[in-house]
Amino acid sequence: MLVALLESFGRRALQLFETAGQIVILFVQTLQQMRHLNIRHAIVQMSHLGVDSLPIVLLTVLFTGMVLTVQTAHEFIKYGAQSSVGGVVAIAMGRELSPVLSGVVVAGRVGAAITAEIGSMKVTEQIDALRVMATDPVAYLVAPRLVACVFMVPVLVVFADAIGVVGGYLVATLYAGIGSFTYINSIKVFAVVNDITGGLVKSMFFGGIIAIVGCYKGLTTASGAAGVGRATTESVVLSIILIFISNYFLSLVLYR
Amino acid sequence: MIQIQLKHVDMSFHGRPVFQDINLEIAKGEVMVIIGPSGSGKSTILRLIIGLLKPTAGEIWINGEEISGYNEERMNVIRRHMGMVFQYSALFDSMSVGENVAFGLRQHTKHTEEEIASIVRRKLRMVGLTGQENAMPNELSGGQKKRVSLARAIAVNPTIVLYDEPTAGLDPIMSNTIDRLITSTRRRLGNTGVVVTHHMASAFEIADRIAMLYEGRIIETGTVQEIRNSTNPIVQQFIYGRKKSGTMTERGLDQL
Ligand SMILES: Nc1ncnc2c1ncn2[C@@H]1O[C@H](COP(=O)(O)OP(=O)(O)O)[C@@H](O)[C@H]1O
Ligand SMILES: [Mg+2]
Repeated sequence: MLVALLESFGRRALQLFETAGQIVILFVQTLQQMRHLNIRHAIVQMSHLGVDSLPIVLLTVLFTGMVLTVQTAHEFIKYGAQSSVGGVVAIAMGRELSPVLSGVVVAGRVGAAITAEIGSMKVTEQIDALRVMATDPVAYLVAPRLVACVFMVPVLVVFADAIGVVGGYLVATLYAGIGSFTYINSIKVFAVVNDITGGLVKSMFFGGIIAIVGCYKGLTTASGAAGVGRATTESVVLSIILIFISNYFLSLVLYR
Repeated sequence: MIQIQLKHVDMSFHGRPVFQDINLEIAKGEVMVIIGPSGSGKSTILRLIIGLLKPTAGEIWINGEEISGYNEERMNVIRRHMGMVFQYSALFDSMSVGENVAFGLRQHTKHTEEEIASIVRRKLRMVGLTGQENAMPNELSGGQKKRVSLARAIAVNPTIVLYDEPTAGLDPIMSNTIDRLITSTRRRLGNTGVVVTHHMASAFEIADRIAMLYEGRIIETGTVQEIRNSTNPIVQQFIYGRKKSGTMTERGLDQL
Protein backbone atom coordinates (compact mmCIF):
# COMPACT_ATOMS: atom_id res chain seq x y z
CA MET A 1 0.00 0.00 0.00
CA LEU A 2 2.62 2.49 1.12
CA VAL A 3 5.05 1.15 -1.46
CA ALA A 4 2.46 1.51 -4.21
CA LEU A 5 1.80 5.08 -3.11
CA LEU A 6 5.51 5.90 -3.10
CA GLU A 7 5.93 4.24 -6.47
CA SER A 8 3.17 6.25 -8.07
CA PHE A 9 4.50 9.40 -6.44
CA GLY A 10 7.96 8.65 -7.77
CA ARG A 11 6.62 8.00 -11.24
CA ARG A 12 4.76 11.31 -11.23
CA ALA A 13 7.86 13.14 -10.04
CA LEU A 14 9.95 11.56 -12.81
CA GLN A 15 7.33 12.55 -15.39
CA LEU A 16 7.39 16.09 -14.06
CA PHE A 17 11.17 16.30 -14.40
CA GLU A 18 10.99 14.85 -17.89
CA THR A 19 8.38 17.42 -18.92
CA ALA A 20 10.45 20.21 -17.39
CA GLY A 21 13.50 19.03 -19.30
CA GLN A 22 11.61 18.89 -22.58
CA ILE A 23 10.21 22.37 -22.03
CA VAL A 24 13.74 23.70 -21.47
CA ILE A 25 14.89 21.93 -24.64
CA LEU A 26 12.04 23.50 -26.63
CA PHE A 27 13.01 26.91 -25.23
CA VAL A 28 16.63 26.49 -26.32
CA GLN A 29 15.54 25.27 -29.77
CA THR A 30 13.29 28.30 -30.11
CA LEU A 31 16.16 30.65 -29.30
CA GLN A 32 18.27 28.87 -31.93
CA GLN A 33 15.50 29.36 -34.49
CA MET A 34 15.13 33.09 -33.76
CA ARG A 35 17.22 33.95 -36.81
CA HIS A 36 14.38 32.51 -38.94
CA LEU A 37 11.78 34.60 -37.08
CA ASN A 38 9.05 35.99 -39.30
CA ILE A 39 8.53 39.49 -37.86
CA ARG A 40 5.15 39.83 -39.55
CA HIS A 41 3.88 36.66 -37.83
CA ALA A 42 5.17 37.94 -34.49
CA ILE A 43 3.27 41.21 -34.95
CA VAL A 44 0.07 39.36 -35.87
CA GLN A 45 0.45 37.28 -32.70
CA MET A 46 1.05 40.43 -30.62
CA SER A 47 -2.12 42.06 -31.84
CA HIS A 48 -4.13 38.87 -31.17
CA LEU A 49 -2.66 38.73 -27.70
CA GLY A 50 -3.41 42.36 -26.91
CA VAL A 51 -6.94 42.32 -28.24
CA ASP A 52 -7.80 39.02 -26.56
CA SER A 53 -6.43 39.86 -23.14
CA LEU A 54 -6.49 43.60 -22.50
CA PRO A 55 -10.18 43.97 -21.50
CA ILE A 56 -10.14 41.06 -19.06
CA VAL A 57 -6.74 42.04 -17.63
CA LEU A 58 -8.02 45.57 -16.99
CA LEU A 59 -11.23 44.34 -15.39
CA THR A 60 -9.27 41.97 -13.13
CA VAL A 61 -6.76 44.53 -11.88
CA LEU A 62 -9.35 47.29 -11.55
CA PHE A 63 -11.25 45.26 -8.99
CA THR A 64 -8.06 44.03 -7.38
CA GLY A 65 -6.86 47.61 -6.87
CA MET A 66 -10.26 48.49 -5.46
CA VAL A 67 -10.49 45.60 -3.00
CA LEU A 68 -6.89 46.09 -1.92
CA THR A 69 -7.72 49.69 -1.05
CA VAL A 70 -10.87 48.74 0.83
CA GLN A 71 -8.87 46.35 3.01
CA THR A 72 -5.77 48.48 3.56
CA ALA A 73 -7.69 51.72 4.08
CA HIS A 74 -9.91 50.05 6.68
CA GLU A 75 -6.94 48.83 8.73
CA PHE A 76 -4.55 51.71 8.11
CA ILE A 77 -7.06 54.40 9.09
CA LYS A 78 -7.43 52.66 12.47
CA TYR A 79 -3.74 53.37 13.11
CA GLY A 80 -3.79 56.82 11.54
CA ALA A 81 -1.70 55.65 8.60
CA GLN A 82 -4.03 56.75 5.79
CA SER A 83 -1.09 58.56 4.18
CA SER A 84 0.45 55.16 3.40
CA VAL A 85 -2.50 53.69 1.51
CA GLY A 86 -1.66 55.00 -1.97
CA GLY A 87 1.95 53.83 -1.69
CA VAL A 88 0.98 50.37 -0.48
CA VAL A 89 -1.50 49.93 -3.31
CA ALA A 90 0.95 51.17 -5.95
CA ILE A 91 3.80 49.01 -4.70
CA ALA A 92 1.63 45.90 -4.33
CA MET A 93 0.15 46.35 -7.79
CA GLY A 94 3.43 47.17 -9.49
CA ARG A 95 5.59 44.51 -7.88
CA GLU A 96 3.21 41.58 -7.53
CA LEU A 97 -0.46 41.84 -8.36
CA SER A 98 -0.41 43.33 -11.87
CA PRO A 99 2.25 41.01 -13.26
CA VAL A 100 0.95 37.86 -11.59
CA LEU A 101 -2.72 38.47 -12.33
CA SER A 102 -1.99 39.54 -15.90
CA GLY A 103 0.11 36.39 -16.28
CA VAL A 104 -2.74 34.24 -14.99
CA VAL A 105 -5.27 35.91 -17.28
CA VAL A 106 -3.00 35.61 -20.31
CA ALA A 107 -2.30 31.96 -19.46
CA GLY A 108 -6.04 31.32 -19.46
CA ARG A 109 -6.79 33.29 -22.61
CA VAL A 110 -3.73 33.15 -24.82
CA GLY A 111 -1.87 30.11 -23.46
CA ALA A 112 -5.03 28.04 -23.89
CA ALA A 113 -5.56 29.38 -27.41
CA ILE A 114 -1.96 28.63 -28.39
CA THR A 115 -2.24 25.02 -27.18
CA ALA A 116 -5.63 24.51 -28.80
CA GLU A 117 -4.46 25.89 -32.14
CA ILE A 118 -1.14 24.03 -32.29
CA GLY A 119 -2.70 20.90 -30.77
CA SER A 120 -5.36 20.72 -33.45
CA MET A 121 -2.68 21.28 -36.09
CA LYS A 122 -0.80 18.38 -34.56
CA VAL A 123 -3.69 15.91 -34.56
CA THR A 124 -4.70 16.83 -38.14
CA GLU A 125 -1.10 16.29 -39.36
CA GLN A 126 -0.63 19.98 -40.20
CA ILE A 127 2.59 19.97 -38.15
CA ASP A 128 3.83 17.06 -40.28
CA ALA A 129 2.74 19.00 -43.38
CA LEU A 130 4.95 21.91 -42.25
CA ARG A 131 7.92 19.59 -41.82
CA VAL A 132 7.27 17.94 -45.18
CA MET A 133 7.36 21.40 -46.74
CA ALA A 134 10.81 21.89 -45.23
CA THR A 135 9.53 24.33 -42.61
CA ASP A 136 10.63 23.94 -39.01
CA PRO A 137 7.53 24.07 -36.77
CA VAL A 138 9.60 25.61 -33.97
CA ALA A 139 10.76 28.47 -36.19
CA TYR A 140 7.38 28.89 -37.84
CA LEU A 141 5.00 28.48 -34.89
CA VAL A 142 6.88 28.77 -31.60
CA ALA A 143 9.32 31.63 -32.25
CA PRO A 144 6.69 34.28 -33.16
CA ARG A 145 4.50 33.29 -30.22
CA LEU A 146 7.43 33.47 -27.80
CA VAL A 147 8.38 36.93 -29.05
CA ALA A 148 4.77 38.11 -28.91
CA CYS A 149 4.23 36.92 -25.34
CA VAL A 150 7.58 38.17 -24.01
CA PHE A 151 7.01 41.67 -25.35
CA MET A 152 3.23 41.99 -25.12
CA VAL A 153 2.61 40.80 -21.56
CA PRO A 154 4.73 43.70 -20.16
CA VAL A 155 2.68 46.10 -22.29
CA LEU A 156 -0.48 44.71 -20.71
CA VAL A 157 1.13 45.09 -17.27
CA VAL A 158 1.82 48.79 -17.87
CA PHE A 159 -1.90 49.31 -18.45
CA ALA A 160 -2.69 47.02 -15.53
CA ASP A 161 -0.49 49.06 -13.15
CA ALA A 162 -2.24 52.25 -14.17
CA ILE A 163 -5.75 50.85 -13.88
CA GLY A 164 -5.02 49.15 -10.54
CA VAL A 165 -3.83 52.44 -9.05
CA VAL A 166 -6.84 54.24 -10.51
CA GLY A 167 -9.15 51.63 -8.97
CA GLY A 168 -7.45 52.25 -5.63
CA TYR A 169 -7.82 55.99 -6.08
CA LEU A 170 -11.55 55.71 -6.72
CA VAL A 171 -12.14 53.63 -3.60
CA ALA A 172 -9.79 55.75 -1.46
CA THR A 173 -11.45 59.02 -2.36
CA LEU A 174 -15.08 58.01 -2.86
CA TYR A 175 -15.45 55.30 -0.20
CA ALA A 176 -12.67 55.43 2.39
CA GLY A 177 -12.55 59.20 2.81
CA ILE A 178 -8.87 59.56 1.98
CA GLY A 179 -8.12 62.80 0.20
CA SER A 180 -7.08 62.82 -3.41
CA PHE A 181 -3.83 64.65 -2.55
CA THR A 182 -3.00 62.23 0.27
CA TYR A 183 -3.39 59.19 -2.02
CA ILE A 184 -1.32 60.61 -4.87
CA ASN A 185 1.34 62.06 -2.60
CA SER A 186 1.68 58.74 -0.84
CA ILE A 187 2.48 57.08 -4.17
CA LYS A 188 5.13 59.71 -4.84
CA VAL A 189 6.70 59.23 -1.42
CA PHE A 190 6.75 55.44 -1.22
CA ALA A 191 6.87 54.05 -4.73
CA VAL A 192 10.05 54.03 -6.81
CA VAL A 193 10.66 53.27 -10.48
CA ASN A 194 11.95 49.80 -9.64
CA ASP A 195 8.50 48.88 -8.32
CA ILE A 196 7.25 49.15 -11.90
CA THR A 197 10.28 47.91 -13.83
CA GLY A 198 10.73 44.89 -11.57
CA GLY A 199 7.13 43.92 -12.30
CA LEU A 200 7.74 44.36 -16.01
CA VAL A 201 10.83 42.14 -15.89
CA LYS A 202 8.77 39.48 -14.13
CA SER A 203 6.03 39.73 -16.71
CA MET A 204 8.52 39.05 -19.50
CA PHE A 205 9.37 35.77 -17.78
CA PHE A 206 5.67 34.99 -17.37
CA GLY A 207 5.09 35.69 -21.06
CA GLY A 208 7.92 33.33 -21.93
CA ILE A 209 6.49 30.62 -19.67
CA ILE A 210 3.02 30.96 -21.22
CA ALA A 211 4.32 30.79 -24.79
CA ILE A 212 6.72 27.88 -24.33
CA VAL A 213 4.37 25.80 -22.17
CA GLY A 214 1.47 26.55 -24.55
CA CYS A 215 3.48 25.52 -27.60
CA TYR A 216 4.98 22.49 -25.86
CA LYS A 217 1.58 21.17 -24.82
CA GLY A 218 0.27 21.83 -28.34
CA LEU A 219 3.15 20.09 -30.09
CA THR A 220 2.88 17.04 -27.80
CA THR A 221 -0.92 16.73 -28.02
CA ALA A 222 -2.01 13.09 -28.22
CA SER A 223 -4.23 12.20 -31.15
CA GLY A 224 -7.93 11.65 -30.65
CA ALA A 225 -10.78 13.99 -29.93
CA ALA A 226 -10.02 14.23 -26.21
CA GLY A 227 -6.36 15.06 -26.82
CA VAL A 228 -6.70 18.75 -27.61
CA GLY A 229 -9.00 19.45 -24.67
CA ARG A 230 -6.73 17.66 -22.24
CA ALA A 231 -3.62 19.40 -23.57
CA THR A 232 -5.30 22.80 -23.28
CA THR A 233 -6.25 22.26 -19.64
CA GLU A 234 -2.79 20.95 -18.79
CA SER A 235 -1.20 23.92 -20.52
CA VAL A 236 -3.14 26.46 -18.46
CA VAL A 237 -2.60 24.64 -15.17
CA LEU A 238 1.13 24.17 -15.75
CA SER A 239 1.65 27.79 -16.86
CA ILE A 240 -0.14 29.15 -13.80
CA ILE A 241 1.82 26.90 -11.42
CA LEU A 242 5.11 27.93 -13.04
CA ILE A 243 4.11 31.60 -12.90
CA PHE A 244 3.50 31.42 -9.15
CA ILE A 245 6.68 29.46 -8.44
CA SER A 246 8.91 31.64 -10.62
CA ASN A 247 7.27 34.77 -9.20
CA TYR A 248 8.55 33.89 -5.74
CA PHE A 249 12.13 33.47 -6.91
CA LEU A 250 11.98 36.53 -9.18
CA SER A 251 10.81 38.59 -6.19
CA LEU A 252 13.75 37.31 -4.16
CA VAL A 253 16.17 38.37 -6.87
CA LEU A 254 14.53 41.64 -7.92
CA TYR A 255 13.54 43.01 -4.50
CA ARG A 256 16.15 42.00 -1.98
CA MET B 1 18.30 4.95 -62.07
CA ILE B 2 17.23 4.16 -58.51
CA GLN B 3 15.83 7.24 -56.77
CA ILE B 4 14.52 5.78 -53.52
CA GLN B 5 15.92 2.74 -51.81
CA LEU B 6 15.11 1.08 -48.50
CA LYS B 7 17.72 -1.42 -47.35
CA HIS B 8 17.03 -3.85 -44.51
CA VAL B 9 14.78 -1.33 -42.77
CA ASP B 10 13.33 -2.26 -39.37
CA MET B 11 10.78 -0.10 -37.63
CA SER B 12 9.31 -0.40 -34.17
CA PHE B 13 7.29 1.93 -31.98
CA HIS B 14 8.05 1.67 -28.26
CA GLY B 15 9.70 -1.70 -28.82
CA ARG B 16 6.74 -3.07 -30.78
CA PRO B 17 7.91 -3.94 -34.30
CA VAL B 18 5.80 -2.82 -37.27
CA PHE B 19 8.04 -4.37 -39.89
CA GLN B 20 11.45 -5.98 -40.26
CA ASP B 21 13.92 -6.14 -43.10
CA ILE B 22 12.03 -4.06 -45.64
CA ASN B 23 13.83 -3.79 -48.99
CA LEU B 24 12.40 -1.62 -51.72
CA GLU B 25 13.83 0.06 -54.80
CA ILE B 26 11.94 2.75 -56.66
CA ALA B 27 13.26 3.99 -59.97
CA LYS B 28 13.26 7.60 -61.12
CA GLY B 29 9.98 8.49 -62.82
CA GLU B 30 8.26 5.31 -61.70
CA VAL B 31 4.95 5.09 -59.85
CA MET B 32 5.27 2.51 -57.08
CA VAL B 33 2.07 1.52 -55.32
CA ILE B 34 2.27 -0.01 -51.86
CA ILE B 35 -0.72 -2.12 -50.93
CA GLY B 36 -1.50 -3.96 -47.73
CA PRO B 37 -4.10 -4.27 -45.01
CA SER B 38 -4.65 -1.32 -42.70
CA GLY B 39 -2.14 -1.19 -39.86
CA SER B 40 0.49 -3.03 -41.89
CA GLY B 41 2.78 0.02 -41.90
CA LYS B 42 2.14 1.62 -45.30
CA SER B 43 1.97 5.17 -43.94
CA THR B 44 5.03 4.44 -41.85
CA ILE B 45 7.02 3.65 -45.01
CA LEU B 46 6.08 7.03 -46.51
CA ARG B 47 7.00 8.80 -43.27
CA LEU B 48 10.37 7.08 -43.25
CA ILE B 49 11.04 8.10 -46.86
CA ILE B 50 10.33 11.77 -46.14
CA GLY B 51 12.14 11.70 -42.79
CA LEU B 52 9.17 12.33 -40.49
CA LEU B 53 10.27 9.13 -38.74
CA LYS B 54 13.69 7.56 -38.33
CA PRO B 55 14.07 3.81 -38.86
CA THR B 56 15.02 1.60 -35.93
CA ALA B 57 17.62 -0.04 -38.18
CA GLY B 58 18.58 -0.10 -41.84
CA GLU B 59 19.32 2.47 -44.52
CA ILE B 60 17.17 4.82 -46.54
CA TRP B 61 18.68 6.25 -49.72
CA ILE B 62 17.22 9.21 -51.61
CA ASN B 63 19.03 10.34 -54.77
CA GLY B 64 22.21 8.60 -53.62
CA GLU B 65 22.20 10.06 -50.09
CA GLU B 66 21.68 7.94 -47.00
CA ILE B 67 19.20 10.05 -45.03
CA SER B 68 18.36 7.96 -41.98
CA GLY B 69 20.95 9.78 -39.88
CA TYR B 70 20.10 13.26 -41.18
CA ASN B 71 19.00 15.94 -38.75
CA GLU B 72 15.99 18.15 -39.51
CA GLU B 73 18.10 20.83 -41.17
CA ARG B 74 19.80 18.48 -43.63
CA MET B 75 16.53 16.65 -44.18
CA ASN B 76 14.88 19.94 -45.16
CA VAL B 77 17.30 20.30 -48.07
CA ILE B 78 16.14 16.89 -49.36
CA ARG B 79 12.48 17.69 -48.68
CA ARG B 80 12.51 20.72 -50.97
CA HIS B 81 12.43 18.23 -53.82
CA MET B 82 9.63 16.18 -52.31
CA GLY B 83 5.91 16.60 -51.87
CA MET B 84 3.38 14.65 -49.85
CA VAL B 85 -0.39 14.30 -50.04
CA PHE B 86 -1.70 13.32 -46.62
CA GLN B 87 -4.52 10.88 -45.98
CA TYR B 88 -6.72 13.59 -44.45
CA SER B 89 -5.24 16.32 -46.64
CA ALA B 90 -3.66 18.21 -43.70
CA LEU B 91 -4.44 21.57 -45.26
CA PHE B 92 -3.54 24.57 -43.09
CA ASP B 93 -7.02 25.47 -41.95
CA SER B 94 -6.12 29.03 -40.99
CA MET B 95 -5.09 29.75 -44.59
CA SER B 96 -7.05 30.04 -47.82
CA VAL B 97 -6.67 27.50 -50.61
CA GLY B 98 -4.38 29.89 -52.49
CA GLU B 99 -2.16 30.44 -49.44
CA ASN B 100 -1.95 26.69 -48.88
CA VAL B 101 -0.76 26.09 -52.43
CA ALA B 102 1.61 29.08 -52.25
CA PHE B 103 3.12 28.00 -48.93
CA GLY B 104 6.20 26.17 -50.21
CA LEU B 105 6.82 28.83 -52.85
CA ARG B 106 6.72 31.64 -50.28
CA GLN B 107 8.94 29.74 -47.85
CA HIS B 108 11.62 28.54 -50.22
CA THR B 109 11.65 30.46 -53.49
CA LYS B 110 12.34 34.03 -54.49
CA HIS B 111 9.33 34.32 -56.79
CA THR B 112 7.46 37.62 -56.80
CA GLU B 113 3.87 37.69 -55.58
CA GLU B 114 2.64 37.89 -59.21
CA GLU B 115 4.69 34.86 -60.17
CA ILE B 116 3.40 32.97 -57.16
CA ALA B 117 -0.19 33.90 -58.00
CA SER B 118 0.27 32.63 -61.52
CA ILE B 119 1.84 29.34 -60.38
CA VAL B 120 -0.98 28.86 -57.87
CA ARG B 121 -3.55 29.54 -60.61
CA ARG B 122 -1.87 26.99 -62.89
CA LYS B 123 -1.64 24.28 -60.21
CA LEU B 124 -5.27 24.79 -59.19
CA ARG B 125 -6.30 24.49 -62.83
CA MET B 126 -4.36 21.23 -63.08
CA VAL B 127 -6.44 19.76 -60.26
CA GLY B 128 -9.70 21.19 -61.59
CA LEU B 129 -10.17 23.92 -58.98
CA THR B 130 -9.79 27.02 -61.12
CA GLY B 131 -10.62 30.23 -59.29
CA GLN B 132 -10.88 28.66 -55.81
CA GLU B 133 -7.91 30.62 -54.39
CA ASN B 134 -9.95 32.45 -51.78
CA ALA B 135 -12.00 29.51 -50.50
CA MET B 136 -11.16 28.32 -46.99
CA PRO B 137 -10.41 24.61 -46.43
CA ASN B 138 -13.47 24.13 -44.19
CA GLU B 139 -15.72 25.15 -47.10
CA LEU B 140 -14.44 22.29 -49.27
CA SER B 141 -15.59 18.70 -49.72
CA GLY B 142 -13.23 15.80 -48.95
CA GLY B 143 -12.43 15.35 -52.64
CA GLN B 144 -11.71 19.04 -53.13
CA LYS B 145 -9.41 19.06 -50.10
CA LYS B 146 -7.50 16.11 -51.54
CA ARG B 147 -7.05 18.02 -54.78
CA VAL B 148 -5.85 21.17 -53.00
CA SER B 149 -3.44 19.00 -51.05
CA LEU B 150 -2.18 17.59 -54.34
CA ALA B 151 -1.81 21.08 -55.82
CA ARG B 152 0.12 22.15 -52.71
CA ALA B 153 2.38 19.08 -52.94
CA ILE B 154 3.30 19.73 -56.58
CA ALA B 155 3.55 23.54 -56.36
CA VAL B 156 7.34 23.47 -56.10
CA ASN B 157 7.69 20.87 -58.90
CA PRO B 158 9.05 18.12 -56.66
CA THR B 159 10.91 15.17 -58.15
CA ILE B 160 9.28 12.79 -55.66
CA VAL B 161 5.60 12.88 -54.65
CA LEU B 162 4.23 10.65 -51.87
CA TYR B 163 0.51 9.94 -51.66
CA ASP B 164 -1.03 8.47 -48.50
CA GLU B 165 -4.37 6.83 -49.35
CA PRO B 166 -5.28 9.53 -51.87
CA THR B 167 -8.63 7.94 -52.69
CA ALA B 168 -9.71 6.69 -49.24
CA GLY B 169 -13.15 7.88 -48.25
CA LEU B 170 -13.98 9.25 -51.71
CA ASP B 171 -16.80 8.14 -53.98
CA PRO B 172 -15.81 6.07 -57.03
CA ILE B 173 -16.04 8.99 -59.46
CA MET B 174 -13.84 11.22 -57.32
CA SER B 175 -11.43 8.32 -56.74
CA ASN B 176 -11.13 7.98 -60.47
CA THR B 177 -10.48 11.71 -60.85
CA ILE B 178 -7.68 11.55 -58.28
CA ASP B 179 -6.17 8.48 -59.98
CA ARG B 180 -6.10 10.34 -63.29
CA LEU B 181 -4.54 13.36 -61.58
CA ILE B 182 -1.74 11.22 -60.18
CA THR B 183 -1.08 9.83 -63.64
CA SER B 184 -1.28 13.19 -65.40
CA THR B 185 0.92 14.89 -62.78
CA ARG B 186 3.59 12.27 -63.37
CA ARG B 187 3.28 12.73 -67.13
CA ARG B 188 3.71 16.51 -66.85
CA LEU B 189 6.34 16.72 -64.11
CA GLY B 190 8.12 13.42 -64.75
CA ASN B 191 8.22 12.90 -60.99
CA THR B 192 8.60 9.66 -59.09
CA GLY B 193 5.44 8.64 -57.23
CA VAL B 194 4.94 6.46 -54.19
CA VAL B 195 1.27 5.75 -53.58
CA VAL B 196 -0.15 3.96 -50.58
CA THR B 197 -3.62 2.56 -51.09
CA HIS B 198 -5.89 -0.31 -50.33
CA HIS B 199 -8.08 0.31 -53.39
CA MET B 200 -6.99 -2.40 -55.80
CA ALA B 201 -8.72 -0.72 -58.74
CA SER B 202 -6.64 2.42 -58.12
CA ALA B 203 -3.48 0.42 -57.74
CA PHE B 204 -3.93 -1.32 -61.09
CA GLU B 205 -4.87 1.98 -62.74
CA ILE B 206 -1.86 4.04 -61.72
CA ALA B 207 0.98 1.66 -60.85
CA ASP B 208 4.09 0.83 -62.79
CA ARG B 209 4.95 -1.59 -60.04
CA ILE B 210 3.17 -2.78 -56.91
CA ALA B 211 4.64 -3.91 -53.60
CA MET B 212 2.51 -5.75 -51.07
CA LEU B 213 3.16 -5.29 -47.38
CA TYR B 214 1.81 -8.00 -45.11
CA GLU B 215 2.56 -8.86 -41.48
CA GLY B 216 5.72 -6.80 -41.34
CA ARG B 217 7.24 -7.91 -44.64
CA ILE B 218 7.06 -7.11 -48.31
CA ILE B 219 5.74 -10.40 -49.57
CA GLU B 220 5.59 -9.57 -53.27
CA THR B 221 6.86 -6.89 -55.65
CA GLY B 222 6.15 -6.75 -59.37
CA THR B 223 4.50 -5.08 -62.32
CA VAL B 224 0.73 -4.87 -62.44
CA GLN B 225 0.66 -7.96 -64.63
CA GLU B 226 2.96 -9.90 -62.33
CA ILE B 227 0.86 -9.02 -59.28
CA ARG B 228 -2.38 -10.00 -61.04
CA ASN B 229 -0.88 -13.35 -61.91
CA SER B 230 0.84 -13.87 -58.57
CA THR B 231 0.53 -17.36 -57.21
CA ASN B 232 0.93 -16.12 -53.64
CA PRO B 233 -2.42 -16.95 -51.96
CA ILE B 234 -2.28 -13.89 -49.68
CA VAL B 235 -1.79 -11.56 -52.64
CA GLN B 236 -4.62 -13.29 -54.47
CA GLN B 237 -6.87 -13.00 -51.47
CA PHE B 238 -6.05 -9.34 -51.04
CA ILE B 239 -6.62 -8.31 -54.65
CA TYR B 240 -9.66 -10.45 -55.39
CA GLY B 241 -11.19 -10.24 -51.91
CA ARG B 242 -10.72 -14.01 -51.55
CA LYS B 243 -8.54 -16.74 -52.91
CA LYS B 244 -9.19 -17.94 -56.44
CA SER B 245 -8.95 -21.56 -55.39
CA GLY B 246 -7.56 -23.85 -52.73
CA THR B 247 -8.27 -23.95 -49.02
CA MET B 248 -9.96 -21.12 -47.20
CA THR B 249 -7.78 -19.18 -44.82
CA GLU B 250 -9.14 -18.09 -41.48
CA ARG B 251 -9.72 -14.63 -42.85
CA GLY B 252 -11.63 -16.10 -45.78
CA LEU B 253 -13.84 -18.06 -43.43
CA ASP B 254 -14.52 -14.97 -41.36
CA GLN B 255 -15.93 -13.24 -44.37
CA LEU B 256 -18.43 -15.99 -45.16
N1 LIG C 1 3.63 7.44 -34.10
C1 LIG C 1 3.29 6.17 -33.78
N2 LIG C 1 3.42 5.73 -32.52
C2 LIG C 1 3.09 4.47 -32.18
N3 LIG C 1 2.61 3.56 -33.05
C3 LIG C 1 2.46 3.93 -34.33
C4 LIG C 1 2.79 5.25 -34.77
N4 LIG C 1 2.54 5.33 -36.10
C5 LIG C 1 2.08 4.12 -36.46
N5 LIG C 1 2.03 3.27 -35.41
C6 LIG C 1 1.60 1.87 -35.46
O1 LIG C 1 2.26 1.25 -36.54
C7 LIG C 1 1.41 0.38 -37.23
C8 LIG C 1 1.37 0.75 -38.70
O2 LIG C 1 0.76 1.99 -38.85
P1 LIG C 1 0.55 2.69 -40.26
O3 LIG C 1 1.86 2.84 -40.93
O4 LIG C 1 -0.24 3.92 -40.03
O5 LIG C 1 -0.32 1.60 -41.03
P2 LIG C 1 -1.16 1.74 -42.37
O6 LIG C 1 -0.87 3.07 -42.97
O7 LIG C 1 -0.72 0.59 -43.21
O8 LIG C 1 -2.59 1.60 -41.98
C9 LIG C 1 0.06 0.47 -36.55
O9 LIG C 1 -0.06 -0.63 -35.69
C10 LIG C 1 0.13 1.73 -35.76
O10 LIG C 1 -0.62 1.62 -34.58
MG1 LIG D 1 -2.12 4.73 -43.23
